[in-house]
Amino acid sequence: MDLHELMVQARENRNFQDLISAVPYARLIGMSCFNLGEELVFILPENSDNIGNPTLPAIHGGVIGGFMENAAIFQVLGNIETNRIPKVVDFSLDYLRPGRFQDTFATCEVVRQGRKVVNVSVSAWQVRRNEPIANARTHLLL
Amino acid sequence: MAMTREELTRQMQQVIPLLKHCAVLGIKVLDVDAGKLSLELPYSEFIIGNPDTGVIHGGPLTTLMDTACGFAAIAALDEFVLAPTLDLRIDYMRAADPGKSVIGDAEVYRVSSNVIFARGIAYHNEEKDQPIAHCTATFMRLDPDVRKDNRVENNSAKNKIEKMSGES
Repeated sequence: MDLHELMVQARENRNFQDLISAVPYARLIGMSCFNLGEELVFILPENSDNIGNPTLPAIHGGVIGGFMENAAIFQVLGNIETNRIPKVVDFSLDYLRPGRFQDTFATCEVVRQGRKVVNVSVSAWQVRRNEPIANARTHLLL
Repeated sequence: MAMTREELTRQMQQVIPLLKHCAVLGIKVLDVDAGKLSLELPYSEFIIGNPDTGVIHGGPLTTLMDTACGFAAIAALDEFVLAPTLDLRIDYMRAADPGKSVIGDAEVYRVSSNVIFARGIAYHNEEKDQPIAHCTATFMRLDPDVRKDNRVENNSAKNKIEKMSGES
């Protein structure tokens, strides 16, 4: 199945796992996704390959960024009828707490959808949703 | 920093591969100077973001630039201490070419008493005039009491990090 078919299928079934698995980088970091009602919750499982700081140990900040960037892309693919993977124009990330070596979750909010550009806010947490480890905002080009 | 360029480069070449994810991506240290650092991210199948085109994902570029800016920040200080990232912004100028490795150059442009400001660009070799991405990042300088636990001795960076990871 090609990417376009996977996108259509994911939107119809509200199941993004096959689409996520089609992206090599998402497979590398071990990303997955489940539905909580209508909400998509993205998961970055505890994976020693993702460690950046061996001292704490903590997940590499770049992996947290890549995970959240991916979450925003899949969220937009879920919300909007598009045939292409949206392009990231910019990505801005605030690190709020150390990303400990444990499961990480992310949810997205499409803040504004324009004709060409979508603004998405992403929050990542580990223990509780109201204690985010990182918040991000990004502009995606459709 | 008191260390020479060669010493700094050698030290970074020892330490950066200890970051497991950098080793997984095959990130290599090209050059280091006071407050400056250059890394290389090789192309590989598993960092592809768009399987139709083979273009790499933004995630490994974020890792490349976070690492480059973070260690440029360390290379701007008098002692080898990890500085946590406060924030990071990446602007994507264009897609990376499939099959080509990406170079990430970072430089520190201000060290204040608490915060280190760094910026960098990602580009293909000999195409520095057509950057793939621009990055700015800020890093927190740790207080002396916290620093003690995060300091890496100049001549035994590797041992120290391994020892610290063993303790946790």
